[in-house]
Amino acid sequence: MTVGIVIVSHSPDVAKGAADMVRQMVGNDVPLGFCGGNPDGGLGTSVEKILAAIDAAWSEDGIAILVDLGGAETNSEMAIEMLPEEKQKKIVICNAPVVEGAVMAATEAWGGGSLADVKRTAEELAPQ
Amino acid sequence: MSGTAEGSVVITHDVGLHARPSVKLTKLAKGFSSTLEIGASADGPWIDAKSIVKVMAMKAKQNSTLFVRAAGADAQAAVEAVIGLVRRDFDEAGDGH
Repeated sequence: MTVGIVIVSHSPDVAKGAADMVRQMVGNDVPLGFCGGNPDGGLGTSVEKILAAIDAAWSEDGIAILVDLGGAETNSEMAIEMLPEEKQKKIVICNAPVVEGAVMAATEAWGGGSLADVKRTAEELAPQ
Repeated sequence: MSGTAEGSVVITHDVGLHARPSVKLTKLAKGFSSTLEIGASADGPWIDAKSIVKVMAMKAKQNSTLFVRAAGADAQAAVEAVIGLVRRDFDEAGDGH
């Protein structure tokens, strides 16, 4: 059982770079999805891409989403709302820095942590 | 069966206990059922080696000594595994990262 991680950034490069860090540091055992950019290829986020990233990382144990700025969060919330209710309950958005949070969350997920454990680990990183 | 074990090791890795080594140490620690803690001194403070955030926040540097202690059924194996990983420079070539 492994919680999946989804990375949502305004920039496709940031999203891919953060995903690369997770892959290199934590490995390929954690389900991972990422997306960045608006449908026109510019900076931004898109509900459709977020839905695809959630799908790519889907795990019955849950999905932890890491977002960067404003629209990434609101669009992620919209994406979650479009999913069936039983899936919605298994998805959380972490209040954590996207790159560092993704690595921390993935490490906790790799170790078999629950969705709540994964979210807490990512958020533990917040400035104190 | 339950026991305790402890040990220490000097960190020889180029950059000390930074991001990648921290993830490796945490992943290794999570594989043991014993409680496993590390510290910068033999008197503590002790931090949970299974917590990636705490391990990374420790920022243990090159040439510093890492103290390890464990309690539980596989305590001895856990301490030996952590010390082994640190001795092997976290299985990384010293490439400055």
